[in-house]
Amino acid sequence: MSDQLLYANIDEPGLATLDGYSRQGGYEMLRKALQMEPADVLQEMLDSGVRGRGGAGFAMGKKMSFIPKGTMDKYLVCNADESEPGTFKDRELMQKNPHQLIEGIIIGAYCIGANKAFIFIRGEYQHQADVLDAAVAEARSAGFLGERILGSDHTLDLVVHRGAGAYICGEETALLDALEGKRGNPRLKPPFPAVQGLYQGPTLVNNVETLMNVPYILSIGGAEFAKVGTETSTGTKVISISGQIKKPGNYEIVLGTPVREILFDIAGGPLDGRTFKAFFPGGSSAPVLPLTDEVLDLGYDFDTMAKAGSMLGSGAIIVFDDSTSIVDVAYKTAHFYRHESCGKCSPCREGTNWTEKMLKRIKDGVGTPMDLDIIDGVCDQILGNCLCVLGDAMAMPIASMIKHFRGEFEDYMEAKRAEAGLGPAIPQVNRGRQAGPGPMLQPAGIDPVPVSY
Amino acid sequence: MAEVRRYAHGSRVPGWDEAADLSKDPSVVPDPATTPVPEHVRAAITAQMAKYPDIRSAAIPALHIVQREHGWCSPEAIEQAACVMRLTPAYLTAVATFYDMFSTTPKGTHDVFVCTNISCSLRGADAIYEAMLSAAGDDPDFHVTRFECLGACDIAPMASVDGEYVGPLEEADCAQIVDDVKAGREVLPDKQLKKRPKAETYWNS
Repeated sequence: MSDQLLYANIDEPGLATLDGYSRQGGYEMLRKALQMEPADVLQEMLDSGVRGRGGAGFAMGKKMSFIPKGTMDKYLVCNADESEPGTFKDRELMQKNPHQLIEGIIIGAYCIGANKAFIFIRGEYQHQADVLDAAVAEARSAGFLGERILGSDHTLDLVVHRGAGAYICGEETALLDALEGKRGNPRLKPPFPAVQGLYQGPTLVNNVETLMNVPYILSIGGAEFAKVGTETSTGTKVISISGQIKKPGNYEIVLGTPVREILFDIAGGPLDGRTFKAFFPGGSSAPVLPLTDEVLDLGYDFDTMAKAGSMLGSGAIIVFDDSTSIVDVAYKTAHFYRHESCGKCSPCREGTNWTEKMLKRIKDGVGTPMDLDIIDGVCDQILGNCLCVLGDAMAMPIASMIKHFRGEFEDYMEAKRAEAGLGPAIPQVNRGRQAGPGPMLQPAGIDPVPVSY
Repeated sequence: MAEVRRYAHGSRVPGWDEAADLSKDPSVVPDPATTPVPEHVRAAITAQMAKYPDIRSAAIPALHIVQREHGWCSPEAIEQAACVMRLTPAYLTAVATFYDMFSTTPKGTHDVFVCTNISCSLRGADAIYEAMLSAAGDDPDFHVTRFECLGACDIAPMASVDGEYVGPLEEADCAQIVDDVKAGREVLPDKQLKKRPKAETYWNS
């Protein structure tokens, strides 16, 4: 088995058409799956240990096994609302090899007994949605979709649904709401979508890349697939590298490849005359890690990244170098999440808003070191207190930037103050408990102002 | 400290006093007899409704259709969609205001979304956005807006011109984009994302 599963032949001319895909042995695995029992297909997925490629990294087979058996209306939804900053792998996969995604969806739907499937693609991907529409039409006329697929008892209808631009719709329950024609607000979990999802029916929601792995897993067998990568992160992963680096783009790697090899050998290293400063290992929601020698030696897989205090997320690596101020990166990050917060839960709606305002203040040169403590406190209050993880997705990177680059933030503030002729910042009197945990800057001999709520 | 802009009544929420059309009752499903809907719009929305187990799922596709027809999600546009879908205009307005791609204020026909998210701004997207604004000038046909990550960080800094992804952009390209769109040509044919091979091939050839 080669190192590249999804990317080896992706630029083959005509791969996006049914003819081109069939030439490469396309839809053979569908024929094989339809001869197997759904439970056997599920067992292959469980054996493969393939983890969700969308961000959460939950084992796909396990998720499938949560779908109840029985004859109720079940749904399979492919999450193609790829909006995480830095992530663009699904875009290329769908555009160049749409039939493999469709094959994966049909097999997945057969496995859980779903008769209706949706691809929720973000509205901005107009060209990719057109490609998918054409591919679905081709597959339907060839008998891979519709009633009694290839003479079996399985029936499946597939609809390409275009979104309209909202990051939050990448969250699975918000995606289901958007698909039901509502505002994309996340739902309270449990019940999880596997029990009660789209139109209240059991629903399997999976990322594009995860579903595209399905035909491969069947062709080589789950156990064989599990041999690639590390023990808990099996298979290959398409990673999206962007930012201040020589060769940005999508690359397919075996999970566990060292970060140094990814950044220097595969992506060409830093731009001329610069050195790397830090990176987001898994999209802008992942805590940043400074690119020290220890971090460069880590293996790029789900567990190692988690142990290092970050996460693999969607596999989107955003690198920035020494020419970039951490304040700008923090402000851009907070601004994004403030814009995309749906407004349902107060900690996220207010927390992202105030964090952005404080960072703007720092950026404009009127911040004080106490702002950093307050931001840290706000981030702490957001974490784990909302229905979905959008708030956490802002809190984690911002808190990590303050943790790793506190000195730079403070130098920036002092420099800005000196520029404006303001003199060094004097820590203000602690405004009280709301300023959050951590060592507060409190001048000696002054009692904190009493707070009345 | 920058002064906080306040609106009448001391409200800091923009648009609080921009009334929807108060002469109409928003809670009523529009009457087909008094709401003219062009036949092709009705057919397109009905076709979308037929795709889903619950017709309400067609809300976003229907809004796309009427926005294409009217140029923006005007009250009339929303009323037409509501009439075909048998929903209230208030419901569809709530959906339309949630999503970035729907505009409830008049806009130019040509959408230019300039990505100014992290990856693109690390590559100088803010300057591109300024250049794009001045290239488009006050031409009412252009709707230039900054957008959050469009999912094409490999060609950063980039923009989506009427749905066509182009990049990596330089400031000089902005005037070219405006010319191409005005002339009805393909936008920056050499910089289109869909023609780009995979990264490995692109960089090593």
